[in-house]
Order: sequence, then C-alpha cells, then structure tokens
Amino acid sequence: MDKAPEGALSSLKTGFSNRLPTLGILLLCLLLSVPVLTILASVTNSSDGVWQHLYDTVLGDYVTHSLTLLVGVGLMVLVLGIGPAWLVTMTRFPGSRILEWALVLPLAMPAYIIAYTYTGMLDVGGPLQLWIRETFELRFGEYWFPQIRSLNGAVVMLSLVLYPYVYLLSRMAFIEQSVCVLEVSRTLGATPFQAFTRVAIPLARPAIIAGLSLVLMETLADYGTVQYFGISAFTTGIFRTWFGLGSITAAAQLAAVLMIFILFLILAEHWSRQKARYHHTSNKYTRLPQIELTGWKRAGAMTYCILPVLLGFVIPFVQLSMWAVDTWHLIDKESFLTLFFNSLELASITAVIALLLGLFITYSKRLRPTLATRGMVRILGLGYAIPGTVIAVGVLIPFAWFDNTVDAWMREHFDIATGLLLSGTLVAVVFAYLVRFLPVSLNTLDAGLGKIKPTMDDVGRSMGLKPLQILRRVHVPIMRGSLLTASLLVFVDVLKELPATLILRPFNFNTLAIRTYELANQERLAEASSTALMIVLAGIIPVIILSQTISRSRPGHDART
Amino acid sequence: MTHVLELKDVSVALEGTVIVRDINLQLPQGMIGCLLGPSGCGKTTLLRAIAGFEKALHGEIKIAGHTVSNQQMCLPVEKRHVGMVFQDYALFPHLTVSENIAFGLGTMSRADKHKRVQELAGMLKIGELLNAYPHRLSGGQQQRVAVARAMAPKPRILLLDEPFASLDVELREEIAREIRLVLKHDGITAILVSHNQYEAFAMADEIGVMRAGQLLQWSTPFELYHQPACAYVADFVGEGVFLQGKVLDSARVETALGVLGGDELHGFAEGSSVSVLIRPDDVIHDDASPTTARVIDKAFRGAGYLYTLALGDGSQVQSLVPSHHRHAQGEMIGIRIEMDHLVAFAA
Repeated sequence: MDKAPEGALSSLKTGFSNRLPTLGILLLCLLLSVPVLTILASVTNSSDGVWQHLYDTVLGDYVTHSLTLLVGVGLMVLVLGIGPAWLVTMTRFPGSRILEWALVLPLAMPAYIIAYTYTGMLDVGGPLQLWIRETFELRFGEYWFPQIRSLNGAVVMLSLVLYPYVYLLSRMAFIEQSVCVLEVSRTLGATPFQAFTRVAIPLARPAIIAGLSLVLMETLADYGTVQYFGISAFTTGIFRTWFGLGSITAAAQLAAVLMIFILFLILAEHWSRQKARYHHTSNKYTRLPQIELTGWKRAGAMTYCILPVLLGFVIPFVQLSMWAVDTWHLIDKESFLTLFFNSLELASITAVIALLLGLFITYSKRLRPTLATRGMVRILGLGYAIPGTVIAVGVLIPFAWFDNTVDAWMREHFDIATGLLLSGTLVAVVFAYLVRFLPVSLNTLDAGLGKIKPTMDDVGRSMGLKPLQILRRVHVPIMRGSLLTASLLVFVDVLKELPATLILRPFNFNTLAIRTYELANQERLAEASSTALMIVLAGIIPVIILSQTISRSRPGHDART
Repeated sequence: MTHVLELKDVSVALEGTVIVRDINLQLPQGMIGCLLGPSGCGKTTLLRAIAGFEKALHGEIKIAGHTVSNQQMCLPVEKRHVGMVFQDYALFPHLTVSENIAFGLGTMSRADKHKRVQELAGMLKIGELLNAYPHRLSGGQQQRVAVARAMAPKPRILLLDEPFASLDVELREEIAREIRLVLKHDGITAILVSHNQYEAFAMADEIGVMRAGQLLQWSTPFELYHQPACAYVADFVGEGVFLQGKVLDSARVETALGVLGGDELHGFAEGSSVSVLIRPDDVIHDDASPTTARVIDKAFRGAGYLYTLALGDGSQVQSLVPSHHRHAQGEMIGIRIEMDHLVAFAA
C-alpha cells in the first residue's frame, strides 16, 4: 500500500508514463475548446437567409451599440479607476486607508443587479422622480430627467461596477513603481502632477491597458444590463436570433463576429502584460512617501475617491437592503430555499471540479513544463474572455448533435430512444461554467504553486521524505490558501453568472441569478432584491481576498495598512 | 570663495524621530563632498533634506546663495535645481537613454537638447547606447546614464545617494575616479553619500563623517586619516588600534612602544592617561630595532602582510609589512615607530 502511491508519483517524473499528464491536458484542452471551435466553424454553415436578414437589418445596430458601449465604458473606467488608484497610493487624507479596499467593492455588484437597482430608484415611478413631481407639483414630461434605460445609462451602470479592474491593476503598478523614479523626475524639475503624467502613467500604461481589456471583455460579455435596458447589442442579438428567429446557426455566426472583438482584446491584454515586465523599475522598495493632503486638495481627493464607492456600491446596496426588508414577507420562503440550494449546488460542483482539474493541470505543468503543456495551459486560460452567451451557444450545438447521434444509433441498433442525454441537463451548465471559470482556478493555483520552489522538494527528498510526505508536509500547507481562494473565486463567479445559465439550464431549474432576472423583467424590482442581495453578499468574498493579496504584494507597504 | 551649499544647524526628523541634528557644513564651488558613515547614521536623510524630499525640522539650507529651506519656508524639490543620482539609478524604463537624459531639459529647443545629450554622452562614454532602453544596459552603463541625466539640466549641485553601492566591487573605485574627472571637468559641485571610505577617498575633496545623526568632522581625506577629530573617526577611517599611554610632558606620551611624539603640543595635562592612535603604517618592521613584538596573526594583503603584534605588556598593534618579509606566528620581530603626528584622545 505504502509503495504504490510513491511509485505512481515519481513515475510522473520519469519513465514513459510521463506522457499521461500531457495527454490529459491535451484532452481537456480539446474538450473545453469545443464551444469556441463550434462557433468558429459555424461561419461556413448556411443559415437559410437569416444571416442576410440580420446583415440587412440589425447587424449595423449591434456593431454601433457595442462599440459605443466599449468607448463609453472604456473612457469612464479610466477616469474612475486611475485617479483614485494614484490618490490612495501616493497621498493620505481622511479615510484613504479604508478607501484603499472599499474602492474594490463595486466588483461585488453584478452589472445587471446595479442596473435593476438604479432603474427602480430613478425611473418614472421611482422615489426620486416621485419626489420631484410632488415637491414642484409637476407632471411627467414637464421636467427634464435623464433616461436611465438608455445606451448612456448602460455605459454608466457598467462603468460603475467594472472600474475596479482598472483601479486594481493600476494601483498594483503604482505600488510596484520605484519611488526613486518619481523622485528623480522631481529633481529634474517636474512638479508632483507632472511626475504623475510624465512618469507614473506611462510606466503604468501596460497595467492600465490590461485592466481596460478586462473591462471591455466584461462589457462585451454583459447580457443582463443591455437586455434590461432594451439595447440591441451582440449578446442580446444572439438571444433574439435564436429564440426570436429560431436560427441557432445565425446566432452562432453572430457570436463568431463578437469573438473577433474579443480576440483583439485578448491580444491587447497579452501584449500589455508582456510589456509590463520590462517596466519593472527597481527591486529596492523604499517606504512609499505618502503626501498628507490639506485644504481643498483634501476635499477634492476625498470626493473623487468616495464617489465611485458610493455610486457603485453603497447606494445600490442600501437600496437593495431596504427593498429586501420591505418585501421579505411577500417571498415564498420554500421556493427561496430551493433557489438558494440550486445555486449552492451548481457553484459547489463547479468549484470542486475546477479545483481538481486545476490541480491536475498545474501539477502536470510543473512536472513537465514543456512548450506543449505551457501552450495548452495558456489556451485553457483564454476561456475567461469568452462571453457566457457565446459559450452557451457553443455548448448547445455539439451537445444536441451528440444527443441526436446517440439517440439515432440506439434506435437503429437496440430500438431504444435515449432522448436528451446532455442537453438541458446540469452537465451542460457545469461544462459551460468550466470553459469560462477554469482559468480563474488555474491562475490562482499556478501562482500558489509558484511559491513552492523546486529546491524545496529537493530539501525534503534530501531529508529522506517520500514524495507523498513532501506533498503533505510541504505542498499542502503552502498551497492551502490558494486552494481556498481558487474554489471561492469560482464559486462566486458561478453564483453571479446569468446568460449561460439562462440558455442551458434544465427546464424549470432556477437559481438566484435567474430568479433576480425574471422578477426584474416582470418589473417586480423590489421583490428581486432578496436574491440580488444574496449574490452581492457572496460577491464581497473575492473582494476581500483581492484586497488582502494586494496589501501583501509590496514588502514594507503592508506594515502600515 | 562662494559656497554652493551651506547648512546651518540643520535637523531633520522622520515621523517624529529626530534622525539628523544640528548639522553645519559648507561646500565651495566645484568641490566634491562626501557624507560618510555607517548605515542608519542619517547621511541619506540629510541628503534627502538638501534635495527637498524631507522637510528640515529647523536650521537653514542654502543652495548657491539662495535659501531653499528655513523655519518659514521649504522650497519644493523641483524648484531647487538639484540633480540627483539614486542608488538603483531609477532610469525611466519607458524612455530610451537619450530621452532619459533629455527628460529634465524642459523648454530647450530640440537642437539644443540634442547638443546637450551628445555632449554628456561623449563625456560619459555612452554615445552608442543613446537609442537603447534601460533594461538592456549593464549596471555600470545604467549608472553613467543616471549621472548624465542628473547633470543635463546643469544643476546647481549634484547629489549622489550611494552611487556605487549597486556596482561590482572591482568596478567601484574605477568608476568613482572616472565620474570624479567628469564632474571636475564640468566644474560641478557635488555631494555624495557613502558608507565606504575607499569610495569616499577616490571621489571626494572633503569628507564629513557622520554618526547617530551628528556630523563629527568635516575635512579633507588626508586630515581625516591623519588628524581625526575624535576616537570614533579615527576608528572608522582607516585601520589602526588605540594604545594606552601616560603623558610625560606637553608634547610626549609614554606607551608600550616607547616614548611617542615630540614636535607638536598635544594639549593634555602631564601625568594624565590617553589613548594613542597607532596606524599599521606607523609601525615599521626593523630587525635592528631593540623593541620587539610577537606575531599573533597575519593576513595576506598582496603587496604586504598585515601583522597583528603583541607587545610586552600584552597590548596589540598592527603593522603593514612588505610581503617578502615572512614571519611565522609566534615569532618575535623587531619594530620601530615612525609617525608624523601624535594622535591622542583622553582615555
């Protein structure tokens, strides 16, 4: 008994069986690429004129609306993200320590939920307009009020919850910059503001672009917000083409066009991450000299940093809580529990599978870091960029084909109708989740494993420990944090996911996200608050993890935070 | 003579702790000064206060005759016209070498900028590197670029923070001498911070030894070595040991090595106890000498051996002896004292 596992583990390192892990990764890679390959292959299929119809009518709208969203959100997240990142890193003012992590909080708020909440507050029937009408004795139409359910509204909603990506990455870049580089620019005659614009920003540019690419990927992937605001963008178009026009081929072709946009963003992100390595300025980390702000500068900095948190998290969170308290008695507790457990079930299953696959992949890569394995791991890592809608369509087509083929074959040979084996089951849902969220688990585990230097294994071996003992006494304790983080991140991502679940879920199978979506679309915004609040609360977990990782990232910096 | 840098009673505190207190010093035009001391003595803090990165608690700092800091005001860094070279060079990674050098040239015309960059590149021998990015340069090259960048706007004074600490030991003194020549050629006044006395000797005209936030002595390297102002400076600069002695009269002291001194008054009262500084080069190996000492330890120094010798009363001195004189441990050898100045402190 004792011998077997040791032999199994070390045979991974030597002997012919070392091809097994590589083979395993290859298989996974192929399997998880099926949705994207399906989408890409769909380009050659005929959609019986539906595509031509789309091209003649709505495709132009999809492109312009999606581009407008990209430009608008892109600009707004830069303003909301970079300034506060610089201020909390380089200056001190009342509350700056709290804002350091509070600025990440809007990340806990899915875009569709903030959209529902603000609509409830600001729409014609909402409390604000009601108050205006009563106070000034006006009727609707007699006063100007911004239309929240519009393209501009969507830009604002998405920006408010997505800016933390830019904030986080630019803050990391600012923290890593050598203070000397900034100081040297001062001795060369630059004012603090010029040091920011001429040195800090150019140095952080790769990080900012990486953050921006993530934001834009999420913007393109968003379904909930644009659907609710009635904007014809790519994601809504894919839904409409399929459910409205009944053409899954045309829907897949739309998804393929969307993938071209995504590809550009992936390249931009990849390029900027490469570039960022050269922009490392120093290994010498001195104390960050934080300037104490006074007077109007202090007031300005506080306002600038508080506004994003207030608008992106605090106000919608408070509103949701108030609604939840008001409507709690209306909610059918039993069905609420079912929703809760459905979500819990999906999220846990996915988190565990993603964790196991992630461990298998990262360990295989560590044992045999060949060009092939590393390449495949990189391909697996691209899943996060693909919108849930696209994945869902890409899952639906091959699974239906599989079911039909099996069914036909069984009928022919055994006269048994197998019906739908995979389509419309949880297998399809979890599979889609894995395509999108396995990278989250992979990245976390890879970083954790990176902390275990190969020499640590050697030290263990030299002290007479067997491989399994090394695993237990060295790897597991060091990896524990990463394991937990990886599962939590995937768990929460699954809880928030909307479009893929919507398309692939089994008939009558509801989750917290789905129920929120349904209630909101029935204009029962207040009732949607309980489920929405659950999702937001879960979303706070990764925010806490993220802020902890960052404060640990700079030696000497965390000591004071 | 005009002083480019003048400090009057300057104290600096970091987060409430006084790091540097009551520093007075003056540096004339074209001279290179050095703040020398162990880590934590406050030398870098003082340099940063001169640059303007730290605020002086009190005292006055004048650069080229202009007050840049006193009780009432503290000019921001960018208005002080100082050049600074950092320990890690801090080159801008997003700019080429020539863009780095031109960074501080501000409103100058393109042609003038080009001319100044070429001029500096010539002086610092980095002409071929002008289009490269910093991450491709070696440590020594990065340092030259950092110096060129700091010199480009013709600062009133150049500040160098441990400029050679990141270089290989073999390169340090060589580059220090080279940079000294460049600074001298351009007539630049500079002040550097170092914990390495050999760097300081290679580079500076005047050296200030600092300890626990205080400036103990500010003088030429020669004076520092031969006429240290206090026991700490004597110990920190160069090698040597202290020998206990008794004052015979106003000029002479009796020690285990015999009677020392003779020409100058030492100022101690007759009969009082003193410590006398004995440098290894004061102790000459001489087989004919009646004074002998036992070899306790020896360290090979290439051109010579550094012997540790025990005298009759058990006290020890060091002697630098040409390496062709070889003696085993335990052997008795003849020694004689040859010193220009008697350096003694109250025991």
